[in-house]
Amino acid sequence: MAHIKVIKKSTIDNGCDTACGECQTSCQSACKTSCTVGNQSCERKSVKVLNPQKEQDK
Amino acid sequence: MVHTFGSLGRLFALDTESGAFLEIDKVAKALLDGDDMSPFSSCEIADAQAEIAALKADGVLFATAQKATLPPFTPVIKAMCLNVSHNCNLACEYCFADGGTYCGERQTMSFDTAKAAIDMLVEASGTRRNLEVDFFGGEPMLDFDVVKKTVLYARSLEKPHNKNFRFTVTTNAYKLSDEDIDFFNEQMYNVVISIDGRKHVHDRVRKTVGGKESFDVVMKNALRFKQKRKGQYYVRGTFTRYNLDFASDVLFLNDMGFDQLSIEPVVLDPASPMAIRDDDIPTVLAEYDKLAAEYIERRKTDKWFNFFHFMIDIDNAPCAVKRLKGCGAGGEYVAVAPDGTVYPCHQFDGIAATALGNVFDKKLDENIRKRFYGCSVPTKTECSACWAKYYCSGGCMANSYKFCGGDINTPYKPACELMKKRVECALAIKAIENCSE
Repeated sequence: MAHIKVIKKSTIDNGCDTACGECQTSCQSACKTSCTVGNQSCERKSVKVLNPQKEQDK
Repeated sequence: MVHTFGSLGRLFALDTESGAFLEIDKVAKALLDGDDMSPFSSCEIADAQAEIAALKADGVLFATAQKATLPPFTPVIKAMCLNVSHNCNLACEYCFADGGTYCGERQTMSFDTAKAAIDMLVEASGTRRNLEVDFFGGEPMLDFDVVKKTVLYARSLEKPHNKNFRFTVTTNAYKLSDEDIDFFNEQMYNVVISIDGRKHVHDRVRKTVGGKESFDVVMKNALRFKQKRKGQYYVRGTFTRYNLDFASDVLFLNDMGFDQLSIEPVVLDPASPMAIRDDDIPTVLAEYDKLAAEYIERRKTDKWFNFFHFMIDIDNAPCAVKRLKGCGAGGEYVAVAPDGTVYPCHQFDGIAATALGNVFDKKLDENIRKRFYGCSVPTKTECSACWAKYYCSGGCMANSYKFCGGDINTPYKPACELMKKRVECALAIKAIENCSE
């Protein structure tokens, strides 16, 4: 496409294999930096990268 | 609903309902926004129209509304904040908890109370395996013996009950020994340390109870912690009207050697001189842009860092149901005060009207819990037309309660613009970094 580049087709999964509830609790309280939903990953799929450079060093 | 925006010199579109994320040019943006098309040629317009039509037919753009609905309430609890200390060695001027006391007497939680809380959590967790416990306050290090005993007690329940505890501690790092750090490394899934950034910024608002500056002690401890830390951590701070140039504080903390960072806007009564005012919002938004630009550059160097609010996972994002609900306060998440009283979250600690019960009798008020559980994107009418509703999930209920007349279903507006800006920056950073990988 000349005018539009699709980076991700869909990011919101609403299939039958969702809503397991095992994911981290989110929190938007400024005092906690727990987790806002937008910052979160699905518990079943996520691989947290704390620092990719250090990961390479391992 | 399609939201278009410019960030970091590029143009993007986000479909609210599908979550589809696209990079677009000026022609496509003008078409999506319904703008004047006269600057463009008929050929350009026809091409872009055809692309939009194809994506619409594919359900990528102008997707139909999410069909996911909130499951019926169940009394399951999977996360708990243990406010082990209603006491603090600092007296931060903007503290929502009134210097750690939550507007009550200075007190700490006994092990018996903490143990009863853990028992209640395990009992109420049903089939949920991953359980979160956050030690908070006040300053939890002032009751650290109880923290340690509670962690070990909870660990003893993991195998027999098939649970996996994830412990977090949030500390001001004013009192932090090597032994404490060793314990963190052994037991804490995440450690959150509060520093506001540059020395003059931090010391202006984060003094000791006796009025002394705290930065030098805190920074020395935090650096020692960072050197020894194995595992997840965050250095977090709060910015106020005193430091609207907060990007400099983020970058300062990065310069000091920290690579997991967060600086968050203060939430205060508008009458406070520290409160961020409506007319400060453009300055704050511009500061996020400035930080995003520097963030991308630093992540190509040995100063790579994560800024919490620029983190977004579009490949393994949370499911639709999770996005409807947000934090789960009062439902799957509760907080416990030192005397054992249970509240919907730590921010409600001390607000009697929201007290759910006590860890010793374990009977929590289901009417209040259901009211909190039901508070979600579909119940917040002001959120229904917002493009960012599946990224903030309606915002913080405590902020709404405290600043919107006790109504948890009315979004706390000052946070909305900042949240939207951070999502835009996060998406743009993701797009740019993905393209360069």
